[in-house]
Amino acid sequence: MGIGSVVRMDITINASFLPHTDAEASVAFYRDVLGFEVRKDVGYEQMRWVTVGPVGQPDTAIVLTPPAVDPGISDAERSTILELMAKGSYGGIVLATPDVDAAFAEIEAKGADVVQEPIDQPYGIRDCAFRDPAGNMVRLQQSA
Amino acid sequence: MTPADDARLRELTLMRKVRDRIDRDYAEPLDVEALARGVHMSAGHLSRRFRDAFGESPYAYLMTRRIERAMALLRRGDLSVTEVCFEVGFQSLGTFSTRFSELVGRSPREYRRHPEPGPGIPSWVEKQATRPIRNREVSVRGDR
Repeated sequence: MGIGSVVRMDITINASFLPHTDAEASVAFYRDVLGFEVRKDVGYEQMRWVTVGPVGQPDTAIVLTPPAVDPGISDAERSTILELMAKGSYGGIVLATPDVDAAFAEIEAKGADVVQEPIDQPYGIRDCAFRDPAGNMVRLQQSA
Repeated sequence: MTPADDARLRELTLMRKVRDRIDRDYAEPLDVEALARGVHMSAGHLSRRFRDAFGESPYAYLMTRRIERAMALLRRGDLSVTEVCFEVGFQSLGTFSTRFSELVGRSPREYRRHPEPGPGIPSWVEKQATRPIRNREVSVRGDR
């Protein structure tokens, strides 16, 4: 395809994946603390894939997945992934909201682990940060 | 997962919580005793385990965190060096300047005049990419 004939494909971000180590705890965080809806829940015990997403935005979702279950992952690699998750150095996501301070107050009041209170960043955004129960970094910024 | 693995993951999770607490309260005086009580460890044990997990002691991590925030505030340019010093939790300008120069390689005053260009990249990436790193410290000190 030559230059100038770029087709507008209209690709949206439909779902991304965050690992959990305790499905119930992670669902409670995304549903009860962030207010997301649970759209799908497949699997059993800790081998659960739970699709959550913001109410009113059916076209975007996070799938909470059991970590490192690809059969091609060795025991040593699996241990490393679980250790990185425990340390908080593995997964993460950036969310946005029109009133970051109000959202922070609500999320903090619900008992989430706070990593950063709302601050103005030098690159022009205001954001705060939390940890989800599996150790994923959840940053929340003021939407434009 | 063997019991030993479980114990290791539990401990890493505690270390993550300690580090998150330092991240959140970086402008407060560091109370390693209180942090240690929170995870049912002695202060000495906590410092050793924290260093094993993250490569630096809680105190060194706090300094890195404060200098990181100071760099951001200095890049913003609306606060004086003295204001930034107190804003990020230092009690003395001398200590602040010394720590800053150790980690960044330039004095805060010099850095404020000529900050690196702020990269127009997502905050979380910038936070990782521009974070001062202790082993890149310019002066080699015997206490490390």
